[in-house]
Amino acid sequence: MELSAILFYVFTLLTLGSAAYMVFSKNIVNAAFALIFSLSGVAALYVLLYADFIAATQILVYVGGILILILFGIMLTTLDFTENLKTVTVNMLPASLLSGAVAVLLLYVFLSAEWTTIVPADRDGTMYDLGMMLMNEYLLPFQIAGVLLLVAIIGALLMSTRHKNEP
Amino acid sequence: MESTFLQWLAEPGLTHYLMVSAILFSLGLLAVISRKNVIMVLMGVELILNSANLNFIAFSRFTELALDGQMIALFVIIIAAAEAAVALAIVLNIYNRFKTINLNDISLMKG
Repeated sequence: MELSAILFYVFTLLTLGSAAYMVFSKNIVNAAFALIFSLSGVAALYVLLYADFIAATQILVYVGGILILILFGIMLTTLDFTENLKTVTVNMLPASLLSGAVAVLLLYVFLSAEWTTIVPADRDGTMYDLGMMLMNEYLLPFQIAGVLLLVAIIGALLMSTRHKNEP
Repeated sequence: MESTFLQWLAEPGLTHYLMVSAILFSLGLLAVISRKNVIMVLMGVELILNSANLNFIAFSRFTELALDGQMIALFVIIIAAAEAAVALAIVLNIYNRFKTINLNDISLMKG
């Protein structure tokens, strides 16, 4: 067995194990930290798929940004008693039946479909090619994404600022 | 039969990554459906977005989609960042108004 195959299984185990821990954990802070490990495992899988820039972006944006935001959300929305960190599950039986059915269906489709794959070529970093594509055929989506981020940040700032004269 | 299965296990290809993303998707779906806390639901949505991204990048490696798949994944990450910022601002507003982020208690509109 090659080293890359062993690494694939190690990181798959990390990703799925901590995702499962996140879903079934009762404590929401534990769930957030398990999500950090799960997203880092996904970034490692991106590296195994030769997507180095996406892996770096994943760690910077998800682990460094979104997860910190979620931890702030937990901090600001729970009173200072530890029992409020416990979360309640509802509809556990129908929910697990539905997601189990979705998992079986997706696995069946993915395993039974005849994908026309190519033999993947070993390649260098993708940074140069991605930059050229962003500045050529993806220029308009790139600009729109920038405007969208600006609008989202201004909207989030306006919504979460507390006004003095509010009742 | 046995040896071909072992060989299939030893060479991670497109199907392996697709299976990982299928299980990740169903775990995220479980978190979205079964949790009452809004922030747990948001974390489930992040898992679902990650499974979609894993699919895109696996296809960009193993099919002729090439680098376009990675580009789509990049935009998905951007949208996810914007979504998380706005959603958490809304959650903070809900908390200020109702003093709870329990989805079953926020029933002012009787939906």
